[in-house]
Amino acid sequence: MNPAWSVILLTTLIGAGQGLFLALYALEVGAAAGVLGAPGRMFYVTGAALSLVLLAAGLFASFFHLGHPARAWRSAAKWRTSWLSREAIVLPAFIGCVFVYGGAHHLPTGERSSLWIGAAASVLCLALFVCTAMIYACVKFLQEWHTTLTPLNYFLLGTASGFTLAASLAALAAPGASTALVLAALALGALAYLGRLAALRRNARLRPISTLATAIGIKHPRITQIAQGFMGGSFNTREFFHGRPREIVRAVRWSFLVLVFPLPALLLACGGGSVPVLVAAFLVQYAGLLAERWYFFAEANHPQNLYYQAIS
Amino acid sequence: MTQLALVIDLNVCVGCHACVTSCKEWNDAGSAGPLTDQNAYAKDPTGTFFNRVQTFEVGEFPDTQTVHFPKSCLHCEDPPCVPVCPTGASYKRAEDGIVLVDYDKCIGCKYCAWACPYGVREMDQQQKVMTKCTLCVDRIYDSLLPERDRKPACVMACPTNARLFGDIHDPDSEVSVAIREQGGYALMPEWGTHPANHYLPRRKTGFRIDPDELKRVDNPLKVDGKLPKPPTDAPALDDVTSW
Repeated sequence: MNPAWSVILLTTLIGAGQGLFLALYALEVGAAAGVLGAPGRMFYVTGAALSLVLLAAGLFASFFHLGHPARAWRSAAKWRTSWLSREAIVLPAFIGCVFVYGGAHHLPTGERSSLWIGAAASVLCLALFVCTAMIYACVKFLQEWHTTLTPLNYFLLGTASGFTLAASLAALAAPGASTALVLAALALGALAYLGRLAALRRNARLRPISTLATAIGIKHPRITQIAQGFMGGSFNTREFFHGRPREIVRAVRWSFLVLVFPLPALLLACGGGSVPVLVAAFLVQYAGLLAERWYFFAEANHPQNLYYQAIS
Repeated sequence: MTQLALVIDLNVCVGCHACVTSCKEWNDAGSAGPLTDQNAYAKDPTGTFFNRVQTFEVGEFPDTQTVHFPKSCLHCEDPPCVPVCPTGASYKRAEDGIVLVDYDKCIGCKYCAWACPYGVREMDQQQKVMTKCTLCVDRIYDSLLPERDRKPACVMACPTNARLFGDIHDPDSEVSVAIREQGGYALMPEWGTHPANHYLPRRKTGFRIDPDELKRVDNPLKVDGKLPKPPTDAPALDDVTSW
């Protein structure tokens, strides 16, 4: 597949925004249970605002994927069958919930209700992770995506980046909670890394279900394409081929393997709670996630590509 | 239930692309148009087509066969492109099984193209909506056309009659008989999409000669004996010899 920047930005930005919200709510629940020290109100308000910025930026980026952005409202219609439709419903609902959650912390009387609003938002947050990932995982033709590792990794990578961001925010606004968040970010990052490695391992061993023999229905081991019917390219050659040399794809894989966890983990562990180092950890991890998502799309091999092997 | 479909005979397709140009000509001006082109007369021309003819070589030199392979939407009976559409723009008609796109509802998210293993949906660069073969739905029901012209443009154009059109759920239709009697098959059956369009395989063309055609068992000379020899003064065929 040809990775689209709009979708890469959408999935990584809302992933970080969702993870950040989950970190805030986890802290609040921990504080309510008396396990963690309660951070100040401004920490929640700033965190929710930051989460909203990330979610809105992701939503904004997603419009660039559409041929007709003005008709985007129509995408709520087929939620019974389409994961994309479900995402289009859950994402605004989650954004609304995070807004109310931040508002509840901002208002002096809202503290009591924030736990309940946060619970509702957490359910939507998890639903959004599932919807976003299932858009890819449910397409059985893209074997690289059609696995339970896809939703798992979307969840883990998103929460890991969100917790890293929450740790740097806590270092700024709620130093008492910073250590717990750093540890949680490290744990989630490690799990996400393992999940992504498992997906890489699985995909390296995939055997394509379709072959040229089934594609044109001629049972012969040696079939070569002579002509694809046109010379100047078409939607089929633009959308489903990234056209980058193998070295670039390999370089992207290595870069995300370094940037998604090992380097941010080093910064998180050795940062000593300093704000610039923790912010750098998030930025490095986010850059890694951009590379990871690019590779996620580029790695997927669509069966339609069998029909487009030779120009003429 | 009706399921309209094309049956494409790979045995007689000569790869002339007449179906491609006829499809483009009809649909560019029809209700599914315009199918826009970019750089049509410049470097790297590209554009939207519902139908493409591709060419494959099967076997190893010198034992090779060239197979021309027309490819358009297969109008699957279980189309994977339909349920993924978030807006309902992509739909399958209940009355005749044609898979269509409602351009007014399409948001151009390309998700249906991802969900099609055959790569037969093309996003129009200018209209910014997903386009695909309509089986010339604006033609096959047009009562203003003579009955024999109510067929898809590609079928009308094919000079070798490699394209048949009809209802594959009607066991007596031309297409059903062709599928049944000439080994019609579906593409990528492993995905369970049940394409309505079928392809007829390449066949060895030749004719059988029975022994009794080489040596006639009812030779009249054997039955009735030799013909009598004519006299020498009888008129000859060439005025030289006498038979």
